[in-house]
Amino acid sequence: MFDLGLMLTLLPPTNRVTMNTRKPLAIEARGLRKAYGDNIVLDGIDIAVPEGSIYSLLGPNGAGKTTTVKILSTLARADAGEAFVNGADLHRDSDGVRKSIGVTGQFAAVDQLLNGTENLHLMGRLHHLGKAETKRRAAELLERLDITDIAKRLPSTYSGGQNRRLDIAMSLMGSPRVIFLDEPTTGLDPRSRRVMWEIIRELVSGGTTIFLTTQYLEEADELADRIAVLDGGKIVAEGTAAELKRLIPGGHISLQLLRIDQLEKAANLLGATAHDTEQLTIQVPGDGSVASLRSLIDLLDHESIEVGELTVHKPDLDDVFLTLTGQARPQKETRR
Amino acid sequence: MTTLSHTIGDSATMLRRNLKHMLRYPSLTLMLVMIPALMLLMFVYVFGSTLGDGLGGASGGRAAYLSYVTPGILMMAIGGAMTGTAIGVATDMTQGIVDRFRTMSIARVSILTGHVIGSIIQILICVAAVFAIAFAIGYRPDAGPAEWLALLGVLVLISFALTWIAVALGVTAKSVETASNTPMPFTFLPFLSSGFVPTDSMPAGLRYVAEYQPFTPFIEVIRSLLAGTAADGTDLALTVVWSLGLALLGYLVSRAKFNQAV
Repeated sequence: MFDLGLMLTLLPPTNRVTMNTRKPLAIEARGLRKAYGDNIVLDGIDIAVPEGSIYSLLGPNGAGKTTTVKILSTLARADAGEAFVNGADLHRDSDGVRKSIGVTGQFAAVDQLLNGTENLHLMGRLHHLGKAETKRRAAELLERLDITDIAKRLPSTYSGGQNRRLDIAMSLMGSPRVIFLDEPTTGLDPRSRRVMWEIIRELVSGGTTIFLTTQYLEEADELADRIAVLDGGKIVAEGTAAELKRLIPGGHISLQLLRIDQLEKAANLLGATAHDTEQLTIQVPGDGSVASLRSLIDLLDHESIEVGELTVHKPDLDDVFLTLTGQARPQKETRR
Repeated sequence: MTTLSHTIGDSATMLRRNLKHMLRYPSLTLMLVMIPALMLLMFVYVFGSTLGDGLGGASGGRAAYLSYVTPGILMMAIGGAMTGTAIGVATDMTQGIVDRFRTMSIARVSILTGHVIGSIIQILICVAAVFAIAFAIGYRPDAGPAEWLALLGVLVLISFALTWIAVALGVTAKSVETASNTPMPFTFLPFLSSGFVPTDSMPAGLRYVAEYQPFTPFIEVIRSLLAGTAADGTDLALTVVWSLGLALLGYLVSRAKFNQAV
Protein backbone atom coordinates (compact mmCIF):
# COMPACT_ATOMS: atom_id res chain seq x y z
CA MET A 1 0.00 0.00 0.00
CA PHE A 2 1.00 3.59 -0.46
CA ASP A 3 2.09 5.54 2.51
CA LEU A 4 -0.05 8.57 1.88
CA GLY A 5 1.60 10.66 4.58
CA LEU A 6 5.02 10.05 3.09
CA MET A 7 3.79 10.80 -0.41
CA LEU A 8 2.37 14.09 0.76
CA THR A 9 5.56 15.17 2.41
CA LEU A 10 7.53 14.32 -0.73
CA LEU A 11 5.38 16.49 -2.94
CA PRO A 12 6.07 20.19 -3.27
CA PRO A 13 3.57 22.21 -1.23
CA THR A 14 1.50 23.55 -4.13
CA ASN A 15 0.98 20.08 -5.55
CA ARG A 16 -0.09 18.92 -2.16
CA VAL A 17 -2.96 21.36 -2.28
CA THR A 18 -4.02 20.37 -5.78
CA MET A 19 -4.94 16.97 -4.42
CA ASN A 20 -7.93 18.28 -2.54
CA THR A 21 -9.01 21.18 -4.69
CA ARG A 22 -10.37 21.04 -8.20
CA LYS A 23 -7.95 23.56 -9.63
CA PRO A 24 -4.29 24.10 -8.77
CA LEU A 25 -3.64 27.20 -6.71
CA ALA A 26 -1.95 30.21 -8.25
CA ILE A 27 -1.56 31.93 -4.90
CA GLU A 28 -1.44 30.26 -1.56
CA ALA A 29 -0.61 31.97 1.71
CA ARG A 30 -0.78 30.79 5.29
CA GLY A 31 -0.57 32.85 8.44
CA LEU A 32 0.87 36.02 6.89
CA ARG A 33 1.76 38.55 9.51
CA LYS A 34 3.19 42.01 9.19
CA ALA A 35 3.70 44.77 11.69
CA TYR A 36 5.28 48.17 11.34
CA GLY A 37 6.54 48.84 14.85
CA ASP A 38 3.60 48.45 17.22
CA ASN A 39 1.09 48.75 14.42
CA ILE A 40 -0.08 45.28 13.39
CA VAL A 41 -1.15 45.53 9.77
CA LEU A 42 -1.71 41.86 8.99
CA ASP A 43 -2.61 39.55 11.82
CA GLY A 44 -2.24 36.11 10.28
CA ILE A 45 -4.15 35.83 7.02
CA ASP A 46 -4.68 32.77 4.80
CA ILE A 47 -5.28 33.08 1.08
CA ALA A 48 -5.99 30.46 -1.58
CA VAL A 49 -6.56 31.55 -5.15
CA PRO A 50 -7.26 28.88 -7.80
CA GLU A 51 -5.60 29.36 -11.20
CA GLY A 52 -7.53 31.39 -13.71
CA SER A 53 -9.88 33.00 -11.21
CA ILE A 54 -10.44 36.49 -9.87
CA TYR A 55 -9.91 36.81 -6.15
CA SER A 56 -10.86 40.02 -4.49
CA LEU A 57 -9.57 41.35 -1.24
CA LEU A 58 -12.21 43.74 -0.02
CA GLY A 59 -11.76 46.14 2.82
CA PRO A 60 -11.84 49.75 3.95
CA ASN A 61 -8.82 52.02 3.82
CA GLY A 62 -6.09 50.86 6.17
CA ALA A 63 -7.36 47.29 6.36
CA GLY A 64 -4.03 45.94 5.05
CA LYS A 65 -4.90 45.38 1.37
CA THR A 66 -1.87 47.14 -0.09
CA THR A 67 0.43 45.49 2.45
CA THR A 68 -0.87 42.09 1.34
CA VAL A 69 -0.19 42.92 -2.31
CA LYS A 70 3.28 44.22 -1.41
CA ILE A 71 4.13 41.01 0.40
CA LEU A 72 2.77 38.69 -2.32
CA SER A 73 4.55 40.65 -5.06
CA THR A 74 7.92 40.52 -3.22
CA LEU A 75 8.00 44.25 -2.43
CA ALA A 76 7.77 43.68 1.31
CA ARG A 77 8.66 40.80 3.57
CA ALA A 78 6.15 39.20 5.88
CA ASP A 79 7.19 38.90 9.52
CA ALA A 80 5.71 35.42 9.68
CA GLY A 81 3.83 32.92 7.55
CA GLU A 82 4.55 31.36 4.20
CA ALA A 83 3.30 31.92 0.70
CA PHE A 84 3.64 30.45 -2.76
CA VAL A 85 2.92 32.17 -6.05
CA ASN A 86 2.73 29.83 -9.02
CA GLY A 87 4.51 27.27 -6.92
CA ALA A 88 7.49 29.50 -6.15
CA ASP A 89 8.26 30.10 -2.48
CA LEU A 90 7.98 33.78 -1.68
CA HIS A 91 10.86 33.71 0.80
CA ARG A 92 13.28 31.26 -0.76
CA ASP A 93 12.67 31.99 -4.42
CA SER A 94 11.46 35.57 -4.71
CA ASP A 95 13.02 35.88 -8.15
CA GLY A 96 11.01 32.84 -9.24
CA VAL A 97 7.86 34.63 -8.05
CA ARG A 98 8.85 37.78 -9.95
CA LYS A 99 9.16 35.78 -13.17
CA SER A 100 5.45 34.99 -13.30
CA ILE A 101 3.74 38.08 -11.89
CA GLY A 102 2.62 41.49 -13.08
CA VAL A 103 1.79 44.26 -10.64
CA THR A 104 -0.31 47.36 -11.09
CA GLY A 105 -0.37 49.43 -7.96
CA GLN A 106 -2.54 52.21 -6.75
CA PHE A 107 -0.26 54.85 -8.20
CA ALA A 108 0.72 54.60 -11.82
CA ALA A 109 4.12 52.94 -12.10
CA VAL A 110 4.97 54.30 -15.52
CA ASP A 111 8.04 56.23 -16.55
CA GLN A 112 6.69 59.76 -16.79
CA LEU A 113 9.55 60.85 -19.05
CA LEU A 114 8.96 58.19 -21.70
CA ASN A 115 5.96 57.96 -24.00
CA GLY A 116 3.54 55.04 -24.04
CA THR A 117 5.34 52.97 -26.66
CA GLU A 118 8.74 53.60 -25.08
CA ASN A 119 7.40 52.50 -21.71
CA LEU A 120 6.22 49.20 -23.20
CA HIS A 121 9.48 48.72 -25.10
CA LEU A 122 11.40 49.28 -21.87
CA MET A 123 9.38 46.46 -20.27
CA GLY A 124 9.96 44.21 -23.28
CA ARG A 125 13.72 44.66 -23.06
CA LEU A 126 13.70 44.02 -19.32
CA HIS A 127 11.78 40.79 -19.97
CA HIS A 128 14.42 39.92 -22.60
CA LEU A 129 11.76 39.41 -25.25
CA GLY A 130 13.96 40.36 -28.19
CA LYS A 131 13.42 43.26 -30.55
CA ALA A 132 10.79 41.86 -32.87
CA GLU A 133 8.71 40.26 -30.12
CA THR A 134 8.90 43.44 -28.00
CA LYS A 135 7.54 45.54 -30.87
CA ARG A 136 4.86 43.04 -31.76
CA ARG A 137 3.62 42.65 -28.20
CA ALA A 138 3.72 46.38 -27.48
CA ALA A 139 1.63 47.12 -30.57
CA GLU A 140 -0.80 44.35 -29.65
CA LEU A 141 -1.25 45.59 -26.07
CA LEU A 142 -1.66 49.22 -27.11
CA GLU A 143 -4.42 48.05 -29.43
CA ARG A 144 -6.03 45.78 -26.87
CA LEU A 145 -6.14 48.47 -24.20
CA ASP A 146 -7.22 51.06 -26.73
CA ILE A 147 -4.35 53.48 -26.20
CA THR A 148 -2.72 53.24 -29.64
CA ASP A 149 -3.70 56.79 -30.57
CA ILE A 150 -2.00 58.28 -27.52
CA ALA A 151 1.03 55.96 -27.54
CA LYS A 152 3.37 58.68 -28.81
CA ARG A 153 2.39 61.11 -26.07
CA LEU A 154 3.87 61.42 -22.61
CA PRO A 155 1.87 59.90 -19.72
CA SER A 156 1.59 63.33 -18.10
CA THR A 157 -0.94 64.23 -20.81
CA TYR A 158 -3.06 61.11 -20.17
CA SER A 159 -6.31 60.96 -18.24
CA GLY A 160 -6.47 58.85 -15.07
CA GLY A 161 -8.03 55.95 -16.95
CA GLN A 162 -5.51 56.08 -19.80
CA ASN A 163 -2.64 56.14 -17.30
CA ARG A 164 -4.06 53.08 -15.56
CA ARG A 165 -4.44 51.29 -18.90
CA LEU A 166 -0.82 51.99 -19.85
CA ASP A 167 0.16 50.75 -16.42
CA ILE A 168 -1.73 47.50 -16.98
CA ALA A 169 -0.27 47.14 -20.49
CA MET A 170 3.21 47.41 -18.93
CA SER A 171 2.33 44.70 -16.42
CA LEU A 172 1.16 42.48 -19.29
CA MET A 173 4.33 42.79 -21.41
CA GLY A 174 5.90 39.82 -19.68
CA SER A 175 2.76 37.65 -20.13
CA PRO A 176 2.36 37.13 -16.38
CA ARG A 177 0.32 34.20 -15.11
CA VAL A 178 -0.73 36.11 -12.02
CA ILE A 179 -1.65 39.79 -12.00
CA PHE A 180 -1.96 41.87 -8.87
CA LEU A 181 -4.26 44.84 -9.24
CA ASP A 182 -4.21 47.11 -6.22
CA GLU A 183 -7.34 49.25 -6.32
CA PRO A 184 -7.31 49.49 -10.11
CA THR A 185 -10.38 51.72 -10.34
CA THR A 186 -9.83 54.08 -7.40
CA GLY A 187 -10.13 57.63 -8.67
CA LEU A 188 -11.56 56.69 -12.06
CA ASP A 189 -14.80 58.06 -13.46
CA PRO A 190 -17.72 55.61 -13.87
CA ARG A 191 -17.10 55.08 -17.59
CA SER A 192 -13.39 54.35 -17.14
CA ARG A 193 -14.34 52.01 -14.32
CA ARG A 194 -16.62 50.01 -16.63
CA VAL A 195 -13.85 49.88 -19.25
CA MET A 196 -11.42 48.63 -16.60
CA TRP A 197 -13.86 45.91 -15.57
CA GLU A 198 -14.12 44.76 -19.18
CA ILE A 199 -10.32 44.61 -19.40
CA ILE A 200 -10.12 42.58 -16.20
CA ARG A 201 -12.77 40.11 -17.42
CA GLU A 202 -10.91 39.71 -20.70
CA LEU A 203 -7.65 38.98 -18.90
CA VAL A 204 -9.15 36.23 -16.84
CA SER A 205 -10.83 34.65 -19.85
CA GLY A 206 -7.32 34.20 -21.23
CA GLY A 207 -6.44 32.04 -18.21
CA THR A 208 -4.68 34.65 -16.13
CA THR A 209 -5.20 34.66 -12.38
CA ILE A 210 -6.14 38.01 -10.92
CA PHE A 211 -5.66 39.19 -7.37
CA LEU A 212 -7.69 42.32 -6.99
CA THR A 213 -8.00 44.65 -4.05
CA THR A 214 -10.85 47.06 -3.83
CA GLN A 215 -12.83 49.12 -1.37
CA TYR A 216 -15.87 49.01 -3.63
CA LEU A 217 -18.34 46.26 -2.82
CA GLU A 218 -19.97 46.66 -6.18
CA GLU A 219 -16.65 45.99 -7.90
CA ALA A 220 -15.96 42.80 -5.96
CA ASP A 221 -19.54 41.64 -6.55
CA GLU A 222 -19.22 42.37 -10.26
CA LEU A 223 -15.85 40.74 -10.89
CA ALA A 224 -14.66 38.33 -8.26
CA ASP A 225 -15.09 34.56 -8.15
CA ARG A 226 -14.18 34.66 -4.51
CA ILE A 227 -14.15 37.55 -2.08
CA ALA A 228 -12.26 37.88 1.16
CA VAL A 229 -13.29 40.65 3.49
CA LEU A 230 -10.25 42.12 5.20
CA ASP A 231 -10.71 44.20 8.30
CA GLY A 232 -8.15 45.25 10.87
CA GLY A 233 -5.54 42.88 9.46
CA LYS A 234 -7.79 39.82 9.63
CA ILE A 235 -9.91 38.09 7.04
CA VAL A 236 -13.34 38.26 8.63
CA ALA A 237 -15.19 36.36 5.89
CA GLU A 238 -14.37 34.54 2.69
CA GLY A 239 -16.44 33.02 -0.08
CA THR A 240 -18.38 33.77 -3.25
CA ALA A 241 -20.55 36.88 -3.32
CA ALA A 242 -23.61 34.67 -2.91
CA GLU A 243 -22.11 32.82 0.04
CA LEU A 244 -21.23 36.07 1.74
CA LYS A 245 -24.72 37.40 1.25
CA ARG A 246 -26.08 34.25 2.89
CA LEU A 247 -23.98 35.01 5.95
CA ILE A 248 -26.25 37.79 7.04
CA PRO A 249 -29.97 37.78 7.82
CA GLY A 250 -32.10 37.65 4.69
CA GLY A 251 -33.95 40.48 3.03
CA HIS A 252 -36.84 42.45 4.39
CA ILE A 253 -39.92 44.22 3.19
CA SER A 254 -40.43 47.78 4.21
CA LEU A 255 -43.97 49.11 4.52
CA GLN A 256 -44.99 52.69 4.90
CA LEU A 257 -48.33 53.05 6.65
CA LEU A 258 -50.75 55.92 6.37
CA ARG A 259 -52.19 55.95 9.88
CA ILE A 260 -50.26 56.01 13.13
CA ASP A 261 -52.94 54.11 15.02
CA GLN A 262 -52.45 51.11 12.73
CA LEU A 263 -48.69 50.98 13.17
CA GLU A 264 -48.54 48.80 16.24
CA LYS A 265 -51.29 46.54 15.03
CA ALA A 266 -49.51 45.94 11.75
CA ALA A 267 -46.20 45.43 13.48
CA ASN A 268 -47.63 42.75 15.76
CA LEU A 269 -49.62 41.12 12.98
CA LEU A 270 -46.68 40.76 10.62
CA GLY A 271 -43.94 40.11 13.17
CA ALA A 272 -42.04 43.26 12.23
CA THR A 273 -38.38 43.38 13.25
CA ALA A 274 -38.26 47.17 13.35
CA HIS A 275 -40.66 50.06 13.26
CA ASP A 276 -40.32 53.79 13.04
CA THR A 277 -43.14 55.88 14.48
CA GLU A 278 -41.84 59.09 12.92
CA GLN A 279 -41.70 57.75 9.38
CA LEU A 280 -44.62 55.38 9.93
CA THR A 281 -42.60 52.49 8.56
CA ILE A 282 -42.25 48.89 9.66
CA GLN A 283 -39.79 46.25 8.47
CA VAL A 284 -40.94 42.71 7.96
CA PRO A 285 -38.55 39.83 7.28
CA GLY A 286 -39.15 38.21 3.92
CA ASP A 287 -37.43 37.19 0.75
CA GLY A 288 -39.59 39.33 -1.51
CA SER A 289 -41.04 36.42 -3.55
CA VAL A 290 -44.37 37.04 -5.23
CA ALA A 291 -46.08 34.40 -3.07
CA SER A 292 -44.90 35.94 0.17
CA LEU A 293 -45.88 39.41 -1.01
CA ARG A 294 -49.35 38.22 -1.98
CA SER A 295 -50.00 36.66 1.42
CA LEU A 296 -48.65 39.77 3.08
CA ILE A 297 -50.97 42.03 1.14
CA ASP A 298 -53.91 39.69 1.73
CA LEU A 299 -53.26 39.85 5.46
CA LEU A 300 -53.14 43.64 5.39
CA ASP A 301 -56.34 43.82 3.36
CA HIS A 302 -58.08 41.50 5.73
CA GLU A 303 -57.27 43.74 8.68
CA SER A 304 -57.99 46.87 6.62
CA ILE A 305 -54.57 48.31 7.21
CA GLU A 306 -53.77 51.06 4.76
CA VAL A 307 -50.34 50.98 3.19
CA GLY A 308 -48.74 53.84 1.28
CA GLU A 309 -45.56 52.26 -0.07
CA LEU A 310 -43.99 48.86 -0.15
CA THR A 311 -40.31 48.22 -0.90
CA VAL A 312 -38.41 44.96 -1.09
CA HIS A 313 -34.82 44.91 0.18
CA LYS A 314 -32.48 42.12 -0.85
CA PRO A 315 -29.27 41.75 1.14
CA ASP A 316 -26.33 43.16 -0.76
CA LEU A 317 -22.63 43.17 -0.04
CA ASP A 318 -23.07 46.50 1.67
CA ASP A 319 -25.07 44.75 4.38
CA VAL A 320 -22.45 42.01 4.58
CA PHE A 321 -19.70 44.52 4.89
CA LEU A 322 -21.54 46.52 7.47
CA THR A 323 -22.34 43.47 9.56
CA LEU A 324 -18.87 41.95 9.31
CA THR A 325 -16.69 44.97 9.82
CA GLY A 326 -19.05 46.78 12.12
CA GLN A 327 -18.40 50.06 10.46
CA ALA A 328 -20.09 52.53 8.21
CA ARG A 329 -20.04 51.91 4.48
CA PRO A 330 -16.64 52.90 3.22
CA GLN A 331 -16.71 56.28 1.57
CA LYS A 332 -19.90 56.01 -0.38
CA GLU A 333 -19.62 59.61 -1.52
CA THR A 334 -16.34 59.00 -3.30
CA ARG A 335 -17.59 55.99 -5.18
CA ARG A 336 -18.55 57.89 -8.27
CA MET B 1 21.68 33.64 -20.09
CA THR B 2 24.13 33.84 -17.24
CA THR B 3 23.64 36.18 -14.33
CA LEU B 4 26.50 38.41 -15.48
CA SER B 5 25.21 38.84 -19.02
CA HIS B 6 21.77 39.51 -17.54
CA THR B 7 23.21 42.24 -15.34
CA ILE B 8 25.05 43.78 -18.29
CA GLY B 9 22.00 43.54 -20.56
CA ASP B 10 19.68 45.05 -17.96
CA SER B 11 22.21 47.79 -17.17
CA ALA B 12 22.37 48.64 -20.89
CA THR B 13 18.56 48.86 -20.97
CA MET B 14 18.56 51.15 -17.94
CA LEU B 15 21.39 53.25 -19.42
CA ARG B 16 19.37 53.63 -22.58
CA ARG B 17 16.43 54.79 -20.50
CA ASN B 18 18.55 57.41 -18.71
CA LEU B 19 20.12 58.67 -21.94
CA LYS B 20 16.64 59.03 -23.41
CA HIS B 21 15.65 61.12 -20.38
CA MET B 22 18.70 63.34 -20.92
CA LEU B 23 17.98 63.81 -24.61
CA ARG B 24 14.33 64.55 -24.01
CA TYR B 25 15.04 66.98 -21.16
CA PRO B 26 18.35 68.61 -22.08
CA SER B 27 17.77 71.55 -19.71
CA LEU B 28 19.33 69.78 -16.73
CA THR B 29 22.46 68.80 -18.69
CA LEU B 30 22.60 72.33 -20.08
CA MET B 31 22.51 73.76 -16.57
CA LEU B 32 25.25 71.38 -15.47
CA VAL B 33 27.37 72.65 -18.39
CA MET B 34 26.51 76.31 -17.93
CA ILE B 35 27.56 76.64 -14.30
CA PRO B 36 31.21 75.58 -14.74
CA ALA B 37 31.36 77.43 -18.08
CA LEU B 38 30.28 80.69 -16.46
CA MET B 39 32.60 80.08 -13.51
CA LEU B 40 35.50 79.61 -15.90
CA LEU B 41 34.75 82.84 -17.72
CA MET B 42 34.22 84.73 -14.48
CA PHE B 43 37.38 83.51 -12.81
CA VAL B 44 39.51 84.15 -15.87
CA TYR B 45 38.11 87.52 -16.91
CA VAL B 46 37.08 89.03 -13.58
CA PHE B 47 39.64 87.68 -11.12
CA GLY B 48 42.16 86.17 -13.54
CA SER B 49 44.60 89.05 -13.94
CA THR B 50 45.05 89.66 -10.22
CA LEU B 51 45.00 86.00 -9.20
CA GLY B 52 47.44 85.11 -11.99
CA ASP B 53 49.95 87.65 -10.71
CA GLY B 54 49.59 86.20 -7.22
CA LEU B 55 50.59 82.73 -8.40
CA GLY B 56 54.23 83.82 -8.39
CA GLY B 57 55.06 82.11 -11.67
CA ALA B 58 57.35 83.47 -14.38
CA SER B 59 54.66 84.92 -16.64
CA GLY B 60 51.69 85.65 -14.35
CA GLY B 61 48.52 87.43 -15.37
CA ARG B 62 45.34 86.15 -16.95
CA ALA B 63 46.90 83.53 -19.25
CA ALA B 64 48.76 81.91 -16.35
CA TYR B 65 45.59 81.84 -14.26
CA LEU B 66 43.63 80.22 -17.09
CA SER B 67 45.94 77.21 -17.06
CA TYR B 68 45.96 77.20 -13.27
CA VAL B 69 42.19 77.30 -12.81
CA THR B 70 41.05 74.94 -15.61
CA PRO B 71 41.56 71.73 -13.55
CA GLY B 72 39.62 73.31 -10.67
CA ILE B 73 36.76 74.17 -13.01
CA LEU B 74 36.81 70.61 -14.36
CA MET B 75 36.40 69.29 -10.82
CA MET B 76 33.64 71.79 -10.25
CA ALA B 77 31.87 70.45 -13.35
CA ILE B 78 32.18 66.90 -12.02
CA GLY B 79 31.03 67.90 -8.52
CA GLY B 80 28.13 69.88 -9.96
CA ALA B 81 26.98 66.97 -12.13
CA MET B 82 26.42 65.00 -8.93
CA THR B 83 23.31 67.12 -8.33
CA GLY B 84 21.84 65.90 -11.61
CA THR B 85 22.54 62.28 -10.70
CA ALA B 86 21.06 62.56 -7.21
CA ILE B 87 17.93 64.25 -8.58
CA GLY B 88 17.53 61.56 -11.24
CA VAL B 89 17.84 58.73 -8.74
CA ALA B 90 15.58 60.40 -6.17
CA THR B 91 12.93 61.06 -8.84
CA ASP B 92 12.99 57.38 -9.74
CA MET B 93 12.71 56.37 -6.12
CA THR B 94 9.71 58.59 -5.41
CA GLN B 95 7.81 57.37 -8.47
CA GLY B 96 6.10 54.02 -8.78
CA ILE B 97 8.41 52.90 -11.57
CA VAL B 98 11.11 51.63 -9.19
CA ASP B 99 8.51 49.52 -7.38
CA ARG B 100 7.60 48.07 -10.75
CA PHE B 101 11.25 47.25 -11.45
CA ARG B 102 11.49 45.63 -8.03
CA THR B 103 8.64 43.25 -8.83
CA MET B 104 10.37 42.16 -12.05
CA SER B 105 12.92 39.46 -12.46
CA ILE B 106 15.79 41.77 -13.37
CA ALA B 107 19.25 42.43 -12.00
CA ARG B 108 18.36 45.02 -9.36
CA VAL B 109 21.74 46.72 -9.37
CA SER B 110 21.18 47.56 -13.06
CA ILE B 111 18.74 50.30 -12.02
CA LEU B 112 21.66 52.00 -10.23
CA THR B 113 24.42 51.13 -12.69
CA GLY B 114 22.27 52.58 -15.46
CA HIS B 115 22.30 55.88 -13.57
CA VAL B 116 26.04 55.66 -12.88
CA ILE B 117 27.06 55.06 -16.49
CA GLY B 118 24.59 57.65 -17.76
CA SER B 119 25.97 60.22 -15.33
CA ILE B 120 29.56 59.50 -16.34
CA ILE B 121 28.58 60.19 -19.95
CA GLN B 122 26.88 63.39 -18.80
CA ILE B 123 30.02 64.41 -16.91
CA LEU B 124 32.21 63.77 -19.95
CA ILE B 125 29.92 66.09 -21.94
CA CYS B 126 30.36 68.79 -19.27
CA VAL B 127 34.14 68.22 -19.23
CA ALA B 128 34.32 68.48 -23.03
CA ALA B 129 32.34 71.73 -22.90
CA VAL B 130 34.68 73.22 -20.29
CA PHE B 131 37.70 72.25 -22.42
CA ALA B 132 36.09 73.71 -25.53
CA ILE B 133 35.51 77.06 -23.83
CA ALA B 134 38.98 77.06 -22.28
CA PHE B 135 40.52 76.40 -25.70
CA ALA B 136 38.40 79.12 -27.24
CA ILE B 137 39.76 81.71 -24.81
CA GLY B 138 43.35 80.73 -25.33
CA TYR B 139 44.09 77.71 -23.13
CA ARG B 140 46.92 75.62 -24.61
CA PRO B 141 47.85 72.66 -22.38
CA ASP B 142 51.17 70.88 -22.96
CA ALA B 143 49.74 67.37 -22.64
CA GLY B 144 50.75 64.80 -25.26
CA PRO B 145 48.53 61.92 -26.48
CA ALA B 146 49.63 59.66 -23.60
CA GLU B 147 48.76 62.32 -21.03
CA TRP B 148 45.38 62.98 -22.64
CA LEU B 149 44.61 59.29 -22.49
CA ALA B 150 45.74 59.11 -18.86
CA LEU B 151 43.65 62.21 -18.14
CA LEU B 152 40.56 60.56 -19.60
CA GLY B 153 41.18 57.54 -17.38
CA VAL B 154 41.61 59.68 -14.26
CA LEU B 155 38.50 61.74 -15.03
CA VAL B 156 36.40 58.62 -15.54
CA LEU B 157 37.74 57.13 -12.30
CA ILE B 158 36.93 60.25 -10.30
CA SER B 159 33.51 60.59 -11.95
CA PHE B 160 32.79 56.94 -11.18
CA ALA B 161 33.58 57.50 -7.50
CA LEU B 162 31.61 60.73 -7.10
CA THR B 163 28.67 59.41 -9.10
CA TRP B 164 28.28 56.46 -6.74
CA ILE B 165 28.25 58.94 -3.85
CA ALA B 166 25.61 60.93 -5.73
CA VAL B 167 23.54 57.77 -6.26
CA ALA B 168 23.78 57.05 -2.53
CA LEU B 169 22.59 60.60 -1.78
CA GLY B 170 19.73 60.13 -4.23
CA VAL B 171 18.66 56.77 -2.80
CA THR B 172 18.79 58.02 0.79
CA ALA B 173 16.99 61.30 0.09
CA LYS B 174 13.40 61.40 1.33
CA SER B 175 12.36 63.72 -1.48
CA VAL B 176 13.63 65.11 -4.76
CA GLU B 177 14.13 68.48 -3.06
CA THR B 178 16.49 66.95 -0.51
CA ALA B 179 18.39 65.22 -3.30
CA SER B 180 18.90 68.51 -5.08
CA ASN B 181 20.50 70.02 -1.96
CA THR B 182 22.67 67.30 -0.42
CA PRO B 183 25.24 67.16 -3.25
CA MET B 184 25.77 70.95 -2.94
CA PRO B 185 28.98 70.67 -0.87
CA PHE B 186 30.64 68.84 -3.74
CA THR B 187 30.15 71.85 -6.01
CA PHE B 188 31.99 73.99 -3.47
CA LEU B 189 34.70 71.58 -2.37
CA PRO B 190 36.94 72.68 -5.29
CA PHE B 191 37.12 76.14 -3.66
CA LEU B 192 38.56 74.56 -0.51
CA SER B 193 41.31 72.85 -2.46
CA SER B 194 44.21 73.80 -4.67
CA GLY B 195 41.72 74.41 -7.48
CA PHE B 196 41.53 78.19 -7.43
CA VAL B 197 44.50 79.31 -5.33
CA PRO B 198 47.53 77.37 -4.03
CA THR B 199 46.80 75.90 -0.60
CA ASP B 200 49.86 77.55 1.00
CA SER B 201 48.18 80.92 0.58
CA MET B 202 45.39 79.82 2.93
CA PRO B 203 45.32 80.27 6.75
CA ALA B 204 46.61 77.24 8.69
CA GLY B 205 43.26 75.61 9.63
CA LEU B 206 41.77 75.96 6.18
CA ARG B 207 45.00 74.81 4.56
CA TYR B 208 44.84 71.64 6.62
CA VAL B 209 41.33 70.93 5.32
CA ALA B 210 42.32 71.80 1.76
CA GLU B 211 45.36 69.55 1.77
CA TYR B 212 43.59 66.52 3.16
CA GLN B 213 40.36 66.56 1.21
CA PRO B 214 40.20 64.38 -1.91
CA PHE B 215 39.67 67.17 -4.43
CA THR B 216 43.22 68.51 -3.93
CA PRO B 217 45.01 65.34 -5.10
CA PHE B 218 42.41 64.98 -7.88
CA ILE B 219 43.15 68.50 -9.10
CA GLU B 220 46.91 68.14 -8.72
CA VAL B 221 46.94 64.98 -10.87
CA ILE B 222 44.77 66.61 -13.54
CA ARG B 223 46.99 69.72 -13.47
CA SER B 224 50.23 67.74 -13.91
CA LEU B 225 48.82 65.68 -16.76
CA LEU B 226 47.57 68.81 -18.56
CA ALA B 227 50.97 70.43 -18.06
CA GLY B 228 52.52 67.40 -19.75
CA THR B 229 54.49 66.42 -16.67
CA ALA B 230 54.42 63.18 -14.72
CA ALA B 231 51.91 63.23 -11.86
CA ASP B 232 53.24 63.22 -8.33
CA GLY B 233 53.28 59.62 -7.02
CA THR B 234 51.56 60.45 -3.75
CA ASP B 235 48.83 62.46 -5.44
CA LEU B 236 48.24 59.69 -7.94
CA ALA B 237 48.06 57.06 -5.19
CA LEU B 238 45.74 59.29 -3.14
CA THR B 239 43.51 59.81 -6.19
CA VAL B 240 43.19 56.09 -6.79
CA VAL B 241 42.64 55.24 -3.12
CA TRP B 242 40.11 58.05 -2.55
CA SER B 243 38.24 57.16 -5.74
CA LEU B 244 37.99 53.47 -4.99
CA GLY B 245 37.08 54.18 -1.37
CA LEU B 246 34.36 56.68 -2.27
CA ALA B 247 33.02 54.42 -5.02
CA LEU B 248 32.84 51.47 -2.64
CA LEU B 249 31.19 53.54 0.09
CA GLY B 250 28.64 54.96 -2.34
CA TYR B 251 27.94 51.53 -3.82
CA LEU B 252 27.47 49.84 -0.45
CA VAL B 253 25.22 52.56 0.93
CA SER B 254 23.16 52.67 -2.29
CA ARG B 255 22.74 48.92 -2.45
CA ALA B 256 21.81 48.59 1.21
CA LYS B 257 19.30 51.44 1.02
CA PHE B 258 17.88 50.21 -2.27
CA ASN B 259 17.35 46.64 -1.13
CA GLN B 260 16.08 47.62 2.28
CA ALA B 261 13.07 45.52 3.15
CA VAL B 262 9.89 47.51 3.44
